[in-house]
Amino acid sequence: MSRIAGRFQQLAAQRRTALIPYIVAGDPSQDATVPLMHRMVESGADIIELGVPFSDPMSEGPVIQQAHERALANGMCLSRVLELVQEFRKSDDTTPLLLMGYANPVMYMGYKAFADAASAAGLDALITVDIPPEEVDDINAQLQRVDMDNIFLVAPTTPEERISRIAAGASGFIYYVSLKGVTGAGHLDMEEVTQRLAAIRRHSQLPLAVGFGIKDADSARAVAAVADGVVVGSALVNAMAQTLADGGNSGQAIEAVASLLGEIRQGIDSAAS
Amino acid sequence: MTINASKDLYAAVPDEQGRFGPYGGKFVSETLMAALAELEVVYSNLSTDKHFQQELDHDLQHYVGRPSPLYEAKRWSDSIGGARIYLKREDLNHTGAHKVNNTVGQALLAKHMGKKRVIAETGAGQHGVATATIAARLGLDCVVFMGETDIQRQALNVYRMKLLGAEVVSVTSGSRTLKDAMNEAMRDWVTNVDNTFYIIGTVAGPHPYPMLVRDFQCVIGREARAQSLAQTGRLPDALVACVGGGSNAIGLFHPFLHDESVAMYGVEAGGHGISTNQHAAPLTAGTPGVLHGNRTYLMQDSDGQIMDTHSISAGLDYPGVGPEHSWLKDIGRVNYVVANDDEALRAFHKLTKIEGIMPALETSHALAYAETLAATMTPEQTIIVNLSGRGDKDILTVAEIDGIVV
Repeated sequence: MSRIAGRFQQLAAQRRTALIPYIVAGDPSQDATVPLMHRMVESGADIIELGVPFSDPMSEGPVIQQAHERALANGMCLSRVLELVQEFRKSDDTTPLLLMGYANPVMYMGYKAFADAASAAGLDALITVDIPPEEVDDINAQLQRVDMDNIFLVAPTTPEERISRIAAGASGFIYYVSLKGVTGAGHLDMEEVTQRLAAIRRHSQLPLAVGFGIKDADSARAVAAVADGVVVGSALVNAMAQTLADGGNSGQAIEAVASLLGEIRQGIDSAAS
Repeated sequence: MTINASKDLYAAVPDEQGRFGPYGGKFVSETLMAALAELEVVYSNLSTDKHFQQELDHDLQHYVGRPSPLYEAKRWSDSIGGARIYLKREDLNHTGAHKVNNTVGQALLAKHMGKKRVIAETGAGQHGVATATIAARLGLDCVVFMGETDIQRQALNVYRMKLLGAEVVSVTSGSRTLKDAMNEAMRDWVTNVDNTFYIIGTVAGPHPYPMLVRDFQCVIGREARAQSLAQTGRLPDALVACVGGGSNAIGLFHPFLHDESVAMYGVEAGGHGISTNQHAAPLTAGTPGVLHGNRTYLMQDSDGQIMDTHSISAGLDYPGVGPEHSWLKDIGRVNYVVANDDEALRAFHKLTKIEGIMPALETSHALAYAETLAATMTPEQTIIVNLSGRGDKDILTVAEIDGIVV
């Protein structure tokens, strides 16, 4: 069983919702990323989503755009991201890791070369924001060859017949984008999220994670009541950036993320009880 | 691949997935897929609807001022002593460039879809102005995204857009030019997809945009073909157009693709020179990748990051190109070449002095190459150059380079 499937099964048995933090690899520095990942696990992360920086991150709001720019300025690139994955795996062989990024760097490396390198590094899954099901066949063939999950997104605008098509090709979990907009936008409509998750469940047995627009313990608690996983990104990246902007050092920035993540963990767990 | 001039070859692209051979497609976030599907259906119905076509033709004739003339540049041709050069005068369109052919068409689509708000990206500002113009006429809210760098170098067009009632949003991410403006427009669209129509200005973006923008721009080539037959009794020997995203070029080229005797040259921005890496010539010096919803030739580094581009003309300052051009390059039907900044500037001055026509700096790239090409041809041969836009917007840029304070 894959690490992702195993983790969701284990959480389901405990009646807990997965907490999935997102950070951009190489932000605020290359050296900080692996310590930050371990610290997030200690603070309650169940799965880690690592952003692959891209020059043109079209689905991101300003907070994560700037994180991409910082990471690139720090010399981050896809092969280096995979090295960080490998480094993380040296002392954590259980926490599922997924990369979230854009098509072009993966395509440039080559789908086959990426699948081989990512699998060897210990990566579990990939989300490419701009590869919808219509364009997915080539990369899917390579990911399946190395037993890696390709995580699909479902949006508020996805019609139900399309959900059924997406569900048919999905593995690992399904990622529901909770709002029309970019990452970090702030208008979560819980009634709509609840209805949409119910619609997805009519077509898939896979766990459902919800991301975009979850920023604190309260919003995480609300989403945890209806979802199997909660993704938090911009709020964490912002906590880190703010700490540094206020004169804090890298260690303090990591602790700011850990602290916020701890609060969100409590929020999620209080929804379950 | 070899050239196959059968009619089916060019009519068969894009296919249902929006692909031109291995290029094109729909590489966008899931949130936009439903909007693209809706646009495909609407366009498919309206493009064969007689009433819609009449409405479009009426606007092109009475609002844009079509047909645009095909003008024989006699003094310029004489000065070169080679082929006779004809200029397809898209600069005489309302708003001064070919861009309006497309905005009139897409705005009609928006109207039929009941969208009250339109957004656009712009580089030089010509597409932004053309969008703001048509939005004013139809009473639509209009927001134009423009890179901070371009806002500075195209101040006149920014003011024009504001006069027309559009909101101009300064984009400060990335390289602060056209590609970043397009990123920001996509972000707006994904947020306001219910009430907003995204009027893309070139033959790029996700399917069906490269197809529908091409279709709206093909009026250029259809007219030019008929005008050439009427005025010279024959087809031209060569076509020349500048290529940024490539909408004016595809508009001129496409109706001639089956005419095997007609050679075609797409002129990319060579910037400071291809060897300097400071250019905007993905077809000449790039490799295939995915940006802004389609697979095409791009300027990218060894990590697949999109590179910063340079061109004297904001409208060509883009790291990608329409996917149909990538395909036409690979099958060898169109030759893609470059003209550098200084060559374009020389052509700008020459045409202004010798014909009394001041071309846009984008267009000046095509003129520069046409001069070189004409010199290798005979006076019995003809070239049509797409004079895609007028140069008023570039006067301050040219003055600054020439060290003149206006």
